[in-house]
Amino acid sequence: MGKSLPKALSSQSTFAWLLIAPAAAYLCLIVVWPLLETVRLSFTDANIGGESYVGLANYEKLANSKKFADTIGRTFYWMFISVSLKLVLGLLGASLLNAKIPGRAAFRVLVMPPWIIPIAIGCLGWLWLYNGQFGLLSGALQWLGIIDGPFEFLAYKRSAFYSAIVTDVWVGTPMISIFFLAALQGVSTDLYEAAYVDGASRWYRFRRITLPQIFPVIVSMALLSAIWTFNSFEIVWILTEGGPRSATTTLIIDTYKTAIASFKFGPGAARAVVIVVLLSVFAFVYMVVLKKLEKRFGSK
Amino acid sequence: MMDRYSLLEKIGLYIAIAIFLTFVLLPFFEMFMTSLRPLDHLRSAPYKFWSDEFSFDAYSNMWVTVPKLGRYIFNGVFIAGAVTVLAMIFVVPAAYAFARFEFKGKAVTLSLFLAVNMFAGAVLLIPLYRVLRTLGLLNTYFAMIIPGAAFLVPMGIWLLKSYLEKIPKELEEAAYVDGASKMYTLRRVMLPLAAPGLVVVGVSVFIGAYAQQYLFAITFNQNSDYMPLPAGVFEFIGYQDVVWNEMMAASLVGVLPVMLIFLFMQRFLIAGLTAGAIKE
Repeated sequence: MGKSLPKALSSQSTFAWLLIAPAAAYLCLIVVWPLLETVRLSFTDANIGGESYVGLANYEKLANSKKFADTIGRTFYWMFISVSLKLVLGLLGASLLNAKIPGRAAFRVLVMPPWIIPIAIGCLGWLWLYNGQFGLLSGALQWLGIIDGPFEFLAYKRSAFYSAIVTDVWVGTPMISIFFLAALQGVSTDLYEAAYVDGASRWYRFRRITLPQIFPVIVSMALLSAIWTFNSFEIVWILTEGGPRSATTTLIIDTYKTAIASFKFGPGAARAVVIVVLLSVFAFVYMVVLKKLEKRFGSK
Repeated sequence: MMDRYSLLEKIGLYIAIAIFLTFVLLPFFEMFMTSLRPLDHLRSAPYKFWSDEFSFDAYSNMWVTVPKLGRYIFNGVFIAGAVTVLAMIFVVPAAYAFARFEFKGKAVTLSLFLAVNMFAGAVLLIPLYRVLRTLGLLNTYFAMIIPGAAFLVPMGIWLLKSYLEKIPKELEEAAYVDGASKMYTLRRVMLPLAAPGLVVVGVSVFIGAYAQQYLFAITFNQNSDYMPLPAGVFEFIGYQDVVWNEMMAASLVGVLPVMLIFLFMQRFLIAGLTAGAIKE
């Protein structure tokens, strides 16, 4: 028995690798290889005509571009605001959906449509809502007397940016709510009952039991959501195509415009590499900070 | 006892839920109202909240304005379905391996899989375009299915792995003791037990695939026969005019099949996520 153990282990790991191999090969073809190719292209001036090696020229241009620096700042700002809103609303939504009141099952279903339908379709709805002449929002604000004439939400830099954020939050919140709801239901009721018996208020129970218990889920959803929001393409593209005057141009939009819309593959690839590097650094820092915090506060 | 709410708390809860749902459902409500109005009425300023001329005309005219609309609706569901099948073929064995076996490099491999989440399709478009062109797959269904599935595989593996870890190991061990092979155990013992988890992961992957078709559809496919609804619906935007009422009608009708499927599945989904997605 003791002798056959290493052999059993090795055959076990061979079998495991065999099971993983198809997925790994597939991702190598569709993700890893294109990624390496993107890195290579970023050192060239590739366009439809052809390509030649240009060294770091693409990166130097980006490093000296004030516009690109603004885009990076804007993207992080976009991510930070949008993810914060999604997490707060998601937690709020999950708590509401978890309350044991009549109609709960129906509410849970009604929250989900923005998650289920194609993002592009939801954006069409918002595009129409934001319309200044004929849209509901502008109409309602005029009716309430808050604004005098039609207001084109997507025509001004600041309002376009925050309108795009509202739509992004609208798309992202339902899924986060459902995952948080699942987490809430995983919290043992014994804890709540014990606290209740001790006379703890509902708010106290939320802060001292619910939040710490679902903290791991919040943490991983926050990171995932941050990455998705950083890379969010369709919403901005459909609402504003990055305008007006670059007000909503995030890194992903800038990359798409450069590489696909103007066929500058080399400079576009350099932007893509910047995205990957920034996100990797962000994810790394996020996890390091988290580990430190966990150690300091010793929560598990 | 402790779940009992006072009347005031109840009222507060319902108001909060109403506000939350208003935000979530407002675009759908306005899309529906828009689809009922004649076009010239939509273009009247100031904005009117009510119309005297509601009609369902847009729902019959839309098939004429965009003749391939039915095809687009079908394509959207078909592509999402194909993406789900393809993704699950890769997800199931890998998730099983991560859930059940100890091997060198397991943690690293899993993190590498999850790191794929960092790359949106938009970052890799240029080389992907070339891969698909080399394989001769541009402007086919495959141009949307093959890249679409790749970005859903990591999430699928992660979800299914957490679900499988909840299934007691003893059941498999019993099968081994009885002399069953590993493959047989996977097929005949694990898969049936994991069925609810498979459904949850499958539905999640399908939702992801259905929601995110736009980018690959507008970039890798020019053939209108293969276009899914999220790309095809933009045909209502003409050179002169946007046929808003019909576009909204088409959007609502187009997502209806998936909404109905989802309505049947949603209980399962929430229950499954509860069982599977929670890390202890």
